[in-house]
Amino acid sequence: MRVTVRLFARLRDLAGSGELMREVEAPATVRTVWQSLAAEIPALVEYEGTMSVAVNAEYARMAAAVHDGDEVAFLPPVSGG
Amino acid sequence: MPLAAVTREPLDLQALTRDLVQGTPGDGAVAAFTGLVRHRNQGRTVHFLEYEAYEPLAAKALERIINEARETWPAIRMGMHHRIGRLEIGDASIIIVAASPHRADAFAACRYAIERVKQIVPIWKREHFEGGEIWLEGAPADPDDEQAKLIAHKIACV
Repeated sequence: MRVTVRLFARLRDLAGSGELMREVEAPATVRTVWQSLAAEIPALVEYEGTMSVAVNAEYARMAAAVHDGDEVAFLPPVSGG
Repeated sequence: MPLAAVTREPLDLQALTRDLVQGTPGDGAVAAFTGLVRHRNQGRTVHFLEYEAYEPLAAKALERIINEARETWPAIRMGMHHRIGRLEIGDASIIIVAASPHRADAFAACRYAIERVKQIVPIWKREHFEGGEIWLEGAPADPDDEQAKLIAHKIACV
C-alpha cells in the first residue's frame, strides 16, 4: 500500500523533501513507516526520541495503524509563538 | 477569518477583537497578547524569521488550546491567529485575544494560551541571523502530556 510521508523543518531539510510517497507492507503502523524511512535516511534517527507524529493531520502514537492512502507526518520539537 | 487560524497575511488585532466581542454585552474585559519578531536571540543578531507550519494540524491545535482554556475559565471566549512565512523584525507572529466578564480570567487565559502554543502547535521558526541560519526547536509536542499542561496552568495563575 501507498502512504504520503510529510516532514517538517529540520526533518524536511535532512530528507531533502517535505513530501514523499512510500510503499509499505500491510499491516503497517507509524513505527514501521518511520523505520523504513530512517533506514533510507539515517540522519533522521537523531529525532527518534524527540519527534511527534500525526496521521491524517491528527496527533498519533508510533503504534497507530496506518492504512492505504494515509498521510503520516513526522514533527520535530515545535518552536511557534 | 475563523477565531483560530494560521495565515500568511499580516495579523489584525483590531479585527480579531471586534469579531470576538461583537454582540456580547456580558464582557467586561478583553486581554490581548501579541508576539513580535525580536532582533536579538541567544546572543545572535536576527535578520528575519521564516515560520513553517503543518497547517491543518496547527489550526486544530489552536482550537484545542481554546477549548482547554474554556475548560478552566468557562466564561471566556478566545481568538488566536498565528502568522507563517517570512516575518521581519517587529512583525507580529501571533495574536491572542481573550474576552471575559472579568479581567482575571481574560489575563490568565491569554497567558495559558501562549504557553500551550509553544508546547503543542506544529509551527517552526527558521532564524536567519548574522552569520547563518538555524531551525529553532523547543519542546517535543505532546498534546496529551498532562505535566506540560500543568506547567502552563501554573504560569498562567501565578
